[in-house]
Amino acid sequence: MNKKWQIELENVIKDNKRILTNPADLLSYGFDASFGQYKPERVVQPLNREEVAEVMKLANKHSIPVYPRGQGTCLSGGPLPLKGGIVLDTCRMTAKLIIDSENLTAVVSPGIITSKIKEAVDKEGFFYPPDPSSAHVSTIGGNVAENSGGPRGLKYGVTGNYVLGLEVVTPEGEIINTGGRTIKNVTGYNLTQLLVGSEGTLGVITEITLRLIPKPKSRVSILTVFDDLMDSGRAISRVLSSGIMPSAMEIMDKHCIKAVENYKPAGYPTDAAAILLIELDGHPKAIEEEAQQVDQICREVGARDVQIAVGEEDQKKLWEARKLVSPAIAKIKPTKISEDATVPRSKIPEMFDRLNKIRDKYNLELVVFGHAGDGNLHPNILADKRDRDEMKRVEMAVAEIFEAAIELGGTLSGEHGIGTMKSPFMEKELGTMGLAMMKRVKEAWDPNNIMNPGKIFPEKGQSKLVLTE
Amino acid sequence: MKGQSLKDLQQKIGYKYTFDCVQCAYCLPVCPTYETMGIETHSPRGRINLVKMVAEGQMEIEDLREPIEKCLGCQACVTACPTDTQYGRILEGAKEVLNDWEKKSISKKITEKIVIGKLFPSSSGMDMIGHIMWGYEKTGLQKLARKTGLTSLAPMRLGKFEQVLPSPVAPKERKSRKNYYPAKGKVQLTVALFTGCIMDSMFFTTNQNTIKLLNHAGANVYIPEEQTCCGALHSHSGEANEARKLAIRNIKAFEEYNIDYVVNNAGGCGAQLSEYEHLLSEEPEWKARAHLFVQNSKDISTVLWDLGGIQLLEAKEEVVTYQPSCHLTHVQKVTREPKALIETIPGVIFREMKDEQKCCGSAGIYNIVNYEESMDILDVKMDHMKPTKANTIVTTNPGCLLQMKMGIKREGLEDSVRAVHLVDFLAERLLEN
Ligand SMILES: Cc1cc2nc3c(=O)[nH]c(=O)nc-3n(C[C@H](O)[C@H](O)[C@H](O)COP(=O)(O)OP(=O)(O)OC[C@H]3O[C@@H](n4cnc5c(N)ncnc54)[C@H](O)[C@@H]3O)c2cc1C
Ligand code: SF4
Ligand code: SF4
Repeated sequence: MNKKWQIELENVIKDNKRILTNPADLLSYGFDASFGQYKPERVVQPLNREEVAEVMKLANKHSIPVYPRGQGTCLSGGPLPLKGGIVLDTCRMTAKLIIDSENLTAVVSPGIITSKIKEAVDKEGFFYPPDPSSAHVSTIGGNVAENSGGPRGLKYGVTGNYVLGLEVVTPEGEIINTGGRTIKNVTGYNLTQLLVGSEGTLGVITEITLRLIPKPKSRVSILTVFDDLMDSGRAISRVLSSGIMPSAMEIMDKHCIKAVENYKPAGYPTDAAAILLIELDGHPKAIEEEAQQVDQICREVGARDVQIAVGEEDQKKLWEARKLVSPAIAKIKPTKISEDATVPRSKIPEMFDRLNKIRDKYNLELVVFGHAGDGNLHPNILADKRDRDEMKRVEMAVAEIFEAAIELGGTLSGEHGIGTMKSPFMEKELGTMGLAMMKRVKEAWDPNNIMNPGKIFPEKGQSKLVLTE
Repeated sequence: MKGQSLKDLQQKIGYKYTFDCVQCAYCLPVCPTYETMGIETHSPRGRINLVKMVAEGQMEIEDLREPIEKCLGCQACVTACPTDTQYGRILEGAKEVLNDWEKKSISKKITEKIVIGKLFPSSSGMDMIGHIMWGYEKTGLQKLARKTGLTSLAPMRLGKFEQVLPSPVAPKERKSRKNYYPAKGKVQLTVALFTGCIMDSMFFTTNQNTIKLLNHAGANVYIPEEQTCCGALHSHSGEANEARKLAIRNIKAFEEYNIDYVVNNAGGCGAQLSEYEHLLSEEPEWKARAHLFVQNSKDISTVLWDLGGIQLLEAKEEVVTYQPSCHLTHVQKVTREPKALIETIPGVIFREMKDEQKCCGSAGIYNIVNYEESMDILDVKMDHMKPTKANTIVTTNPGCLLQMKMGIKREGLEDSVRAVHLVDFLAERLLEN
């Protein structure tokens, strides 16, 4: 028997092909790239803001939970339908991709794949810098909702730094606009930036105005090899304090190097303790000089080898191996728990030390890579979901990773968001009142708590990470 | 579904392979059915997850049928997957389980019996199709349909495909084919041709041209008579046992000859031949023999390319694009050679179409059983083909060839565009025929 709201839904989304009801379809929208599998009662695929507004009005009236979803690449459980209700799939909202060359902005629909925007922008001779590794599969809506970052975050910032304005459907079904198309905008509260990174808990983003910048003229990539992990940490600080601002600065520990070499040999030295990959962009003359400087600094703090790649092909080769880290480490063991705890840059060596201790203490396959330049490390634990004992150790290890990050003055998440996975630790970072203020904002926006419930804020009694059923 | 039976199911359905998937979505953009149907259920990641759900008893087996039957099996997702998830194995397992489970509907049963059970494994059955196809030019399709019972295949759209079938070859000519054709000039290799059942009945000329090209490039060619259907359709419809029998027959047939390679010219057949080792992995006496067979099986394009390509080709201006067969690209991983051969033909202007490696929707008998879905996929393909302004679409598989012809017809481009098999394309340019 269909419930009342389900029948009403069919009057709202007239094309009933865009309301999914059978078990296979429902289960297909019950997961993301993290943990857990749930079953919503309906999946709807709206095409425009009007349909979204109608769905929200109906859901609000009946107090039905709604979970916005892009391509489900979230690593923290953001789009999971924890409590039944409706998954609102935004992937069909792709109508708009307009580039305004005069104002260096782009207006885009939320369901567009990020790399499509990057391509279109590039064709016009501009640059949209945020580059999550998932850019060719994730939606721009998902990127905004998660405030996604990437290697280029160091110099260019994250998605939020490029969002000028939003069109949003509120949980009560009202269509509002925040921000605008100007670079400067100080009118009232900055709702735009409040919505950025709100993980679908405050409203459904239905249109985004992005800021674009001119394309850098050229770039070089530098591979540096270290025999001591601590030296690589020092190299990061020394380069950054020398006044050079690399566009990316990525680190890989020895476990990652080995995994990559086992997976698809890239010619990385398997006996090294760490590798730093540094990218500089800008005027060719300037980066030529900076590259020499980076070379010198790295050697001074103990780099065993420094290779500078200028040609497109050579650079691509260097970065290809970095891209292989994720798949390569997944070969160690099938279940990958990917964290993104972030610390102040100066604390990177200390964080490495803590991570090594956690690795030993819990006897786990823990590897580290990440965006070292901005302190955003990706400790990854490789385990096997079917091994309960191991998963218990993973849960404890992850909790310790979060604690270490917070103790060192860092944060739970540099880019993957809180979702369901990190919510138990929110109070540790923000304090009781800090979290309560966030909660008040949520309650003001969403009085019936229907917008992506169960995310960001811990549920009653939810005090630790649970990965086993 | 509890306890032991769930364990059995997990074994059969390839549950263990599903753990390699980290649900990253990297396979979504390359999947034609995700593109055209627009729901996760019809994406590789979605399908893998559903197989897992069934194996864990969270979903009924029957609920898996549609997502699995609507999959093309093109394996583009396997190429895209960063963790090397063996989707092919998962799909195969799911099909087998669905097949076991199914109380087949009458019309489906008849279809499979006729198309798969009777015609494909028997050379006389295929010969019959070949003969009738030839007769068809004069008598119309009804005769074929009546003889074979294909008329009962409604709602299939065989009539639509009938319009794009190649001109058949007279029985006499087919019968007069010899068992051995020696190389011209210096002998570089000795090979045997895997003729394939569809290839040999409907595309007899392409097989003859394959022999001609091989001879030209310096290869002696045998055509073992004892060979049979490759078994691809059986494998793809969950009839693994039947596929195994055919594999054994073929291995035996080719072992009789002292040859360097078993050459095939149909991407789909070639892919199936390359699966023989896996198919027979549980049968000790056959595993090693299958390994050898697989090692020696080669697509015509790689053999010709290794022989230095075809010399003495006529120079004529022509704009060409290429639709690779999925099984050649994603299973056999042959991507470079066919294009290289096309590009070396004097006068050819080669233009790659967008998303060239995406399936055209032909996929075995997919376009017959899932006609509407297949046409949606074909329409996307034609949208990518048109901007190349090609006069010729070269393909490497009979199924793709027919599908391309269908696409040309749907777009009303018969006057300006043609589709042709790579082998025939090279053969028509041979200076000394
Ligand atoms: C292999 C891999 C690599 C990754 N690399 C990076 C990386 O380098 N940097 C990084 O930051 N992240 C990375 N991620 C994480 C992930 O890709 C990002 O968080 C991405 O932004 C999610 O986009 P999506 O379209 O998949 O959204 P989903 O996963 O579907 O949803 C994410 C969140 O956004 C909400 N949401 C989605 N659309 C809307 C909307 N229109 N309105 C309101 N809320 C919405 C959802 O409710 C959910 O909370 C990676 C993930 C994978 C699997
Ligand atoms: S690309 Fe591979 S790992 Fe990623 S979702 Fe697809 S099958 Fe799974
Ligand atoms: S085999 Fe082809 S159609 Fe099937 S899931 Fe993979 S990419 Fe999609």
